[in-house]
Amino acid sequence: MQFKFNSSEPIYRQIADQIEESIVTGGFIEDKQIPSTTEISKEFHINPATVLKGMNIVVGEGFLEKRRGLGMFVVKGAREKILKSKRDNFFANYVIHLISEAKNLNISEDELIALIKRGFSK
Amino acid sequence: MSVLEVKHISKSFGTSNVLSDINLTFEANKIYGLLGRNSAGKSTLLNIITNRIFADSGEVTIDSENVAENDSKLGQMFLMSEVNTYPAGSTLSFIIKQTEQLYGGFNHQLANRLVNEFELDLSQKFGKLSTGYNSIFKLVLALCVPVKFVIFDEPVLGLDANHREIFYTELLQSYSDTPRTIILSTHLIEEITQIISDVIVIDHGNILLDQTVEDVLSKTHAVAGPSSDVNQYTNGLNVIGSETMGNLKTNYVFGDLDDRILPDTVQLSKFDLQKLFIFLTTGAPVKGGNKGEN
Repeated sequence: MQFKFNSSEPIYRQIADQIEESIVTGGFIEDKQIPSTTEISKEFHINPATVLKGMNIVVGEGFLEKRRGLGMFVVKGAREKILKSKRDNFFANYVIHLISEAKNLNISEDELIALIKRGFSK
Repeated sequence: MSVLEVKHISKSFGTSNVLSDINLTFEANKIYGLLGRNSAGKSTLLNIITNRIFADSGEVTIDSENVAENDSKLGQMFLMSEVNTYPAGSTLSFIIKQTEQLYGGFNHQLANRLVNEFELDLSQKFGKLSTGYNSIFKLVLALCVPVKFVIFDEPVLGLDANHREIFYTELLQSYSDTPRTIILSTHLIEEITQIISDVIVIDHGNILLDQTVEDVLSKTHAVAGPSSDVNQYTNGLNVIGSETMGNLKTNYVFGDLDDRILPDTVQLSKFDLQKLFIFLTTGAPVKGGNKGEN
């Protein structure tokens, strides 16, 4: 997990993103427990209420579940769902920016497509 | 769930006004940061809260009961400060015993862990401690007494980076194990920004800011670009500081941006609590931060 403390993204939002990222990369495994609020709070020196707020976002999205008396667990099938949502947002999060920067630099559509093909062939 | 309230506290020393009509509420189980420049009035305020010195007017209450000369309420607070209130000739273990009697309890399990982690020798005499270990010993006391309000005035004075790291980690562990109200008064703003949930800024005896960190940070906007575009964009906004380099300018805005259109040449980003603090407490007073009064 990594946090940018001067980012425009609030810390609780970054916590939610980092948990999802950890599920995607396999750092947090489906059906297994993730570190407690206190553990994350201590490790990164973040207020436990902020950590909990971030975790609760991921619970609300259905990727984590609280098991009574045990702690937070990654829901089965969460990884695939997060990947799908990342794919769905790929256009808005990446493609739009790529095209806008290409336009700023006077890179044409054909040139951009050629660059993308070059990237894939590597 | 206890609440500590500071109501209309004023204090002057001779002709200088140190605190002017201070109103604050410290809610149960939150971590507050109390920030201010040297001689802003922080220590005076904390000493008044814990009845070490007396205010000229106003009162401090816990659950609506005045704390002045009220032993049961005063026993719910612990102030760790630079002032050495312990006899120089006493050993640390003796001071721990006395503190345990005074506060009716002491978390020895936690104390043992902290003593090991900080490599503190309890057979030493208090007066022989270095500045760092003087702070460390008082931190151990503060974390181990059974109180509802733990107040730290310059907790990391003289502590090296490793010891500060241990302190923040243990503070958060102890807070998770036993939730209580924590007030941190420190100059090391960057180290506590994420630890505290609420920030209070005091300057020249007045409260400049009293809000959640999340709200405060959401109102910081650094507006950067060519001078004229930046000035035009920030016209009418609460600009609290600016930096210029050649024709490039950054205006620092504290407050909400309205729906004005951002020119292509101008970039928006955030700035941190330390920068905000510096702008707020340098030069002219700034309006717009205080939730209590305007």
